[in-house]
Amino acid sequence: MPAWVCGLAFISANLGAQEVIGMGASGAKYGIATSHFYWIGAIPAMVFVGIFMMPFYYGSKARSVPEYLRFRFDEKTRALNAIAFATMTLFSSGISMYAMARLIQSLHLLDGVFARFGLPQTMIFHVSVVASAGIVLAYVFLGGLTSAIYNEVLQFFLIVAGFFPLVWLGLRNVGGWPGIVQKLPHAYTHAWEGLRSAQTNPLGVEWFGLVMGLGFVLSFGYWCTDFLVVQRAMAADSMGAARRTPLIAAIPKMLFPFLVILPGLIAISLPVQNSAKNMFGQTLSPAAIEQQKYSKGLIPIKVDESTGNPVFDHDGRPVLDYDLAIPNLLLYYFPTGLLGLGITALLASFMSGMAGNVTAFNTVFTYDIYQSYIRSGATDAHYLWVGRMTTVFGVVLSIVTAYMATRFNNIMDMLQLVFAFVNAPLFATFLLGMFWKRTTGHAAFTGLLTGTLAAALHQGMTIPAGAVPGLKGGWIAILHTYPSEMAQNFWTAIWAWSACFVITILVSLVTKPHPEKDLVGLVYSLTPKPDDSETIWYKRPAVLACAVLAMVVALNLIFR
Amino acid sequence: MRMDIRIPIGSMFAVLGLLLAGYGALGPHDIYEKSLGLNVNLGWGVVLLVFGAIMLYLGWRTPSADKSSTASH
Repeated sequence: MPAWVCGLAFISANLGAQEVIGMGASGAKYGIATSHFYWIGAIPAMVFVGIFMMPFYYGSKARSVPEYLRFRFDEKTRALNAIAFATMTLFSSGISMYAMARLIQSLHLLDGVFARFGLPQTMIFHVSVVASAGIVLAYVFLGGLTSAIYNEVLQFFLIVAGFFPLVWLGLRNVGGWPGIVQKLPHAYTHAWEGLRSAQTNPLGVEWFGLVMGLGFVLSFGYWCTDFLVVQRAMAADSMGAARRTPLIAAIPKMLFPFLVILPGLIAISLPVQNSAKNMFGQTLSPAAIEQQKYSKGLIPIKVDESTGNPVFDHDGRPVLDYDLAIPNLLLYYFPTGLLGLGITALLASFMSGMAGNVTAFNTVFTYDIYQSYIRSGATDAHYLWVGRMTTVFGVVLSIVTAYMATRFNNIMDMLQLVFAFVNAPLFATFLLGMFWKRTTGHAAFTGLLTGTLAAALHQGMTIPAGAVPGLKGGWIAILHTYPSEMAQNFWTAIWAWSACFVITILVSLVTKPHPEKDLVGLVYSLTPKPDDSETIWYKRPAVLACAVLAMVVALNLIFR
Repeated sequence: MRMDIRIPIGSMFAVLGLLLAGYGALGPHDIYEKSLGLNVNLGWGVVLLVFGAIMLYLGWRTPSADKSSTASH
C-alpha cells in the first residue's frame, strides 16, 4: 500500500466520532489550549514513531504489538498487554457508540418515528445505542484490514468535506479569528500564556503537567504503542514507506485543530439562543425554555438521560453538555443539503472509529489470547468462528462502556483516563525495552503491573473539582483536588509512567538479561540502522521530520 | 489487481458534488438565511465536484496503485 494511503489511514484510525465530537467539546470547554493535543500531544510522538520505532515494528516481523512484546520479553508480558489493550479498545468503541447515540438524539433524527409509534422520547438514547451496535456488528463481520484502511481514507476526505464549510461559515459570522479573540476570555484564545500556573487557564494544568503528562507520556504512549494506529503503518509496502507513514500523517494532523477545535470556540462565541422554538421550528416545553438561561453560546446544560432534569455539579454550578458543540453548530449554520453532508461525515467517523476498535479487539483476542493460551493448533475455520464470536462479545461489552460514558460531560476526559491506565505504563516498558538491552521480561511484567496500579491509586486518591467520589476518582480518599478532569488525567499518566519506569529498571538490575543474540532487530543498539542515502532527499524520514517539527513550532508561536 | 483508491474517492465526491450543486441551483432559494445568505449548497457542491474530477483523473492516469508505488522506489 502506498505511504500516503497508510498515512491518511494512520490519522483516520484516530479520527473517530470520539475525536471529532470530543475535540469540539474540548475546544468549547478548554479553548484553543485543546490544540496541545495535536501540536504537543501528537506531532512530536508521530515523528518519534517514524524515525526511531518503526524500524523495530516493521523489521521484527511481529504481527501485533503484543507479539513484539513476546519477542522482546516473554509470554506473560504479552498476555498482560493483550488483555489491557483488548479492554481499552472496548472502552474506545463504547465511547464511539455513546457519541453516536447522543448525535442521533440531539439531531432529533428519530423523534418523528418515535412520536408516530407512541414511544417515549427518553427511549431514543437506548434504542440508538442498541441500533448502532447492530450496524457495527454487521459492518465488522464484512470487513478486513485492507477494506478498513480504504474506508478510513474515504472517511478522512468526508470529514474535511463536511467540516470545512462549517468552519468557514462560522469564522465569517463571528468576524474571523480576531472576532473570536475579542469575544472570549483571554485564556481561551492563547494556548501557552496561562500555563505558568494551573489556576490561570481553563485546562487547569501548569506547563510541566502538560508537557510531561500529555506531550510525553500520554502522547508517546498512544502513538508509539497503540496497535490500532501502528497496524496502519505496518501495512505499508516497504520499510521506507512504513517510516514515512507517520511523518506524512503529521502534516494534515497539525492542521486538524482548525477543523475540529475551532467549531467548539465558535459555538461559545455565539450569543445564547433565546427562543420558544428549537432549530427545527418545534415549540419547546416551558422547562426547556427555562433551561436556556444556563447555556453558554450554543452549549446547553446537560440533561440527565433517565429523569430529564438538568444536571448541576457538587458545588451547584450547571454542568454543560459540551459534546453538543459540533452537532449544534451544524444545525445552526447548515441548510438542507449541506446538513446531510455534515451528518454523513459525523456518522462515517463514528463507524470507522468503532469498527477499527472492534476489529483490533478481535485480532488481539483471537490471535494473542485465544490462540496462544486457550486453544492452540486448531483449524483456521475454528479461529474464524472464534473471531466472529469475539466480535459479537466485543460489541455487547461496548454497550456497557457506552453507558459508563454517559457519566462524563466530555468524552475526551474519559478517553484520556483510559489511556492513562493502559498506554502510559506501556510506553515506559517500550522505551526501556527498545533502548536498553539489559531490560528483562520479569522487569517488564512487574513494571507494567505497578504502573497500572499506580494509575489506579493516584486516580483513587485525587478528584477533579466539583465531582462526586466514584468513577471520576476519590474512591479511596481525597488527598488532592485538581481544577479539571484533564489535569487529573495528565498526572495519573505521569505517575503510572514513572512507577513503571523506575520499577522496570530496578527489577532488571536483579534479574537475568536475555542473551544478546536473541535481541537483534528488537533493541536499538543491536539493530542495523536503516540507510536513507539511496532515497531521494524529500523522501528521507529525517528531512520530513525536520520540516514537520519546524511547522509545529511555528503554529505554537502563532497561537501562544 | 487492487483498485486505485482515488477512483472510489473521486466517484463519491463527484456524485456528492453533483447532488449538492444541483440542489443548490434548482432547489428552493429561501433556505439560506442560516448560512449567512450564501447559497453554500451550490458553492461547496462545485468545489466537491472539481475535487472528485481531479481524483478520478489522477486515478485513471496511473493504471494501478501497485504500479505507481513500485515505480517510486
